[in-house]
Amino acid sequence: MSAAPVIRLDGVSLSLGGRPILDRLTFDVPARGVTALIGPNGAGKSVTLRVIDGLLRPDSGAVRVGPGRTAFVFQRTALIRASAAANVALALGPLKLSRRDRRERVAAALARVGLFERAGDAATRFSGGEQQRLALARAWALRPTLLLLDEPTASLDPAATAVVEDLVAEMARAGTAVLLVSHNLGQVARLAERAIVLDAGRAVEQGPTRTILPSPRTPEARAYLTGELPWTSYAAAS
Amino acid sequence: MTETLHETFARLWTLDRDVIAIAWLSLRVSLTAVGLGLLFGIPLGSLVAVARFPGRDALVAVLNAFMGLPPVIVGLVLYLLLSRSGPLGGLGLLFTPGAMVAAQAVLATPLVAALTRQVVADAEAHLGEPLRSLRLSAPRRALVLIYDVRFSLVTAGLAAFGRAISEIGAVLVVGGNIDGHTRTMTTAISLETQKGDLSLALALGVVLMGLVLTVNAAAALLRGHAARAYG
Repeated sequence: MSAAPVIRLDGVSLSLGGRPILDRLTFDVPARGVTALIGPNGAGKSVTLRVIDGLLRPDSGAVRVGPGRTAFVFQRTALIRASAAANVALALGPLKLSRRDRRERVAAALARVGLFERAGDAATRFSGGEQQRLALARAWALRPTLLLLDEPTASLDPAATAVVEDLVAEMARAGTAVLLVSHNLGQVARLAERAIVLDAGRAVEQGPTRTILPSPRTPEARAYLTGELPWTSYAAAS
Repeated sequence: MTETLHETFARLWTLDRDVIAIAWLSLRVSLTAVGLGLLFGIPLGSLVAVARFPGRDALVAVLNAFMGLPPVIVGLVLYLLLSRSGPLGGLGLLFTPGAMVAAQAVLATPLVAALTRQVVADAEAHLGEPLRSLRLSAPRRALVLIYDVRFSLVTAGLAAFGRAISEIGAVLVVGGNIDGHTRTMTTAISLETQKGDLSLALALGVVLMGLVLTVNAAAALLRGHAARAYG
């Protein structure tokens, strides 16, 4: 990997409410392709995404992200009671675009996720799959260099999941680096070239998914991937 | 009794000009007060919902308590402020519709603020982080949250209108129930009842109920229509 990484975490630690969540977390995310962040519940995956996005400030360690814009698609789609187009336009507010540019970007993003015809419809009336596509359109409109996805298909049916996966793959092909948090290991295998296994706030293993998924080297990664009671390992660590 | 009812309908039928003038003043004063209550209450409630500052919990408790502020106390305090020797005496507002608007606005504002705080805080719980992630400025985030809960704020406005149009203590004290000048539906009903003109009191009561129902029905229609489109 010759290009500079789009994310570099170096010794990042963070406690929330007196509980240590991240413990000297260190990893790089390459500027291209899809990287999966996997690990048991409570390992610190969502918190890591929030630290990368600047929503949480680490107690210590260095976080470097960019260059370029970061878009974050949350597990619970965060849509306001307005039209689909208005929800996409919301993200473009800070970009200081002309009205025409903004309209064009919104239309292009909606078209990209197959929701152009529904631009004027109420976003909160959309189905779960449509809402997640709309969230991706909002991310897309920002033309981000980095896309953070927190379990984007956790509550979707298989058909809607497939659509969202296709869109994520398309964004990655278009040059956006993607960091994906998912418990769906099939999805990780389908989408991600690289995986980072988090356990008790530390990156215990990282590398190509095609080697990590079938044959993890560390006991923590093995415990998670084979479905052994994962909480025993991080309960002991925290 | 039958005679009173008969007269009531006769007076409603002719809708004498006094009744119309009184109803119009009541409506004007209360709607203006609610407008002011929304103008101050929505930003105040939103600020308390999203900002973190020392004394915030105390302010929330005060807002909640002030939802039940006794109108006659508000009237009394405003009377002292607006009376000729009071600090705001120079405004010459005492015994004018302006004083009545001010009194009802004082009643409406904490009600709007407390209800706004509740709905904006709920919206902030699930939209706050995504909006920060979009790098929206704090004022812009607040506006988006207010926009998101706009249908619920209609309810806050209606609650404030209900409180304003139906209260008597504050308008009586600062307005003085002056015939043709500061006489509202509630003060007129009270006066006519005491005078024994029950048919006029009842006619006014029917008109007052009609006003309240009309305003609520209009708001419900508006809210229902908008919520069907964007709920």
